[in-house]
Amino acid sequence: MSKGRYGIHGGQYISETLMNELIRLEEAYEHYKKDPEFNAELQKLLNEYAGRPSLLYYAEKMTKDLGGAKIYLKREDLNHTGSHKINNVLGQALLAKRMGKTRLIAETGAGQHGVATATAAALLGMECEIFMGKEDTIRQALNVYRMELLGAKVNAVTTGTQTLKDAVNDAMREWSNRVEDTHYCLGSVMGPHPFPMIVRDFQSVISKEAREQILEAEGKLPAAVVACVGGGSNAMGAFYNFIEDKDVELIGCEAGGKGVDTPETAATISTGTLGIFHGMKSYFCQDEYGQIAPVYSISAGLDYPGIGPEHAYLHDIGRAQYVPITDEEAVQAFEYLSRTEGVIPAIESAHAVAQVIKIAKNYSPDQSIIVCISGRGDKDVAAIARYRGVDLHD
Amino acid sequence: MTNEKIAKAFDTPNKKAFIAFITAGDPDADSSVKNILEIARAGADLIEIGIPFSDPTAEGVVIQEANIRALKGGITTDGVFEIVRRVREQSDVPLCFMTYANPVFHYGYDRFFTKCEELSVAGIIIPDMPYEEKGEMEPIANAHGVSVISMIAPTSESRIKKIAAEANGFIYVVSSMGVTGVRNEISTDLDTILGHIREVTDTPAAIGFGISTPEQAAKMAGVSDGAIVGSAIVRIVAKYGAEAAPHLYEYVRSMKEAVAGV
Ligand SMILES: Cc1ncc(COP(=O)(O)O)c(C=O)c1O
Repeated sequence: MSKGRYGIHGGQYISETLMNELIRLEEAYEHYKKDPEFNAELQKLLNEYAGRPSLLYYAEKMTKDLGGAKIYLKREDLNHTGSHKINNVLGQALLAKRMGKTRLIAETGAGQHGVATATAAALLGMECEIFMGKEDTIRQALNVYRMELLGAKVNAVTTGTQTLKDAVNDAMREWSNRVEDTHYCLGSVMGPHPFPMIVRDFQSVISKEAREQILEAEGKLPAAVVACVGGGSNAMGAFYNFIEDKDVELIGCEAGGKGVDTPETAATISTGTLGIFHGMKSYFCQDEYGQIAPVYSISAGLDYPGIGPEHAYLHDIGRAQYVPITDEEAVQAFEYLSRTEGVIPAIESAHAVAQVIKIAKNYSPDQSIIVCISGRGDKDVAAIARYRGVDLHD
Repeated sequence: MTNEKIAKAFDTPNKKAFIAFITAGDPDADSSVKNILEIARAGADLIEIGIPFSDPTAEGVVIQEANIRALKGGITTDGVFEIVRRVREQSDVPLCFMTYANPVFHYGYDRFFTKCEELSVAGIIIPDMPYEEKGEMEPIANAHGVSVISMIAPTSESRIKKIAAEANGFIYVVSSMGVTGVRNEISTDLDTILGHIREVTDTPAAIGFGISTPEQAAKMAGVSDGAIVGSAIVRIVAKYGAEAAPHLYEYVRSMKEAVAGV
């Protein structure tokens, strides 16, 4: 069995052209993760630039309204650039710089990872090129302009479904074309080894902080941790330091789209089967011949036909459970959190909020639930208005 | 494992092979059967048949679009096997499949290679299944007499010898960085790569990616054991659709002559 396995999942299913680069990346990562200077520099950026630690906020009104567990929001939306993506990007960008790279490329769905990558590139003086499905450049037009403001070039990908999976395809193609000076800053816990490991490690700061914060606030561990899952990076980060705490339920929320009994869904665990794609063995939405399915979600960041291999493994062994949330449930949760707590979440994060709305009452008031608010919702306001039939004038 | 069918492809008078790639089902199954037979008649020593995949990440625009046309036309893995069955009624030209890991994995390795054996398909090329991962598939392929073709890239460096030492059938030397597609210039130091390969094996090595003209084919076959051409062929299919066969014949004929003249 090859490296980077999570049970039967993971691996390095990638073209020979990229193999040596992946090996170099793994070696560099193993070296620098133990390097005090590297870690000090990363920590400094996380604290002084990205604004960590992020708050663990007790959502009192929501708690009272739902009746049941105490609800805590892990506020990744308050990070610089507005999502958890910056945690991973700062780590990878520093690593790339140490490896002598001068250029970053990345895929993006909602645009948050693209914005974070463009930001890190601007800060560290690196060239930056972002691949984004054409469909997503329309859904998330604001983020396209943000990336351009930050000095990045945005390539609208017109192949396939013109969404996140096609953006990953083109980013991989570009990386194999120009690997010498370029690092592919992958945005989630997916792709070939070592990416699922590296991204998870950089995102695990979420649960490292949250675990300390909840112990401080409640004197005991939460009953559940809930996060949305696209590729799975905010969820993996939010779960990671709780995996050994067997009594803490880990719940990942997938994009159910228009329903898991319709073809317009992106709920990989609910509707997918085992496959090999984008460098990894994992679960994928696909047809009977292994053609990758054209998935759908209102949320560009969750509109992906696969799931990171470590999540697939946590599902296999029953350590985490994965539930689908429909567009309608997510939009309602988006509006609910905005009105109830004055926090406008990303439509991705609203999938996790929707699950909390469903389950909070099943717990007692001496229990707590942490929900990861992976990003802020400014980018989604126009799309939600459209969904509600409201005409916004620019 | 020596693969007689692939060895036969390289057993030409000058020991150089011309290898043609074509996407199956582009634009439809009937055209594919006709095109493959025509390419064989024009003298291709081995034909790689592409099983379309929705997300061909190692492919440039030309072959990506062929995959989309074929899938839109309704081709499936079983449909590709049917194309090969019809080709086999008229030709014993050496054949390999080229596709991605998922269609083969999903079909089931044993079921897939059983079909290959029945249809006398000699090898398989899977760009997203590198040396590190081929172990889950290769023993099953070999048990059915199918070679898993190893790829060596301009970036392979220290990996060349270990890949070449285990290679079966033939070695696919990737001429350039990036994805498939026609290129004006191939600047990789192929002599050095071929030199390393020759130190550890006499398995034939053919060069692919970027070749389109007879001059390029002759040059590449000159430094190796053969030239592989894909995008330039697929481009002809894209241009002429169901009427591509005579144009393919002309083109393959000129390429084969160039390689035979080395
Ligand atoms: C705010 C936000 N949350 C979640 C995601 C989904 O990614 P992941 O599952 O890797 O956290 C995205 C991706 O674009 C995002 O922007």
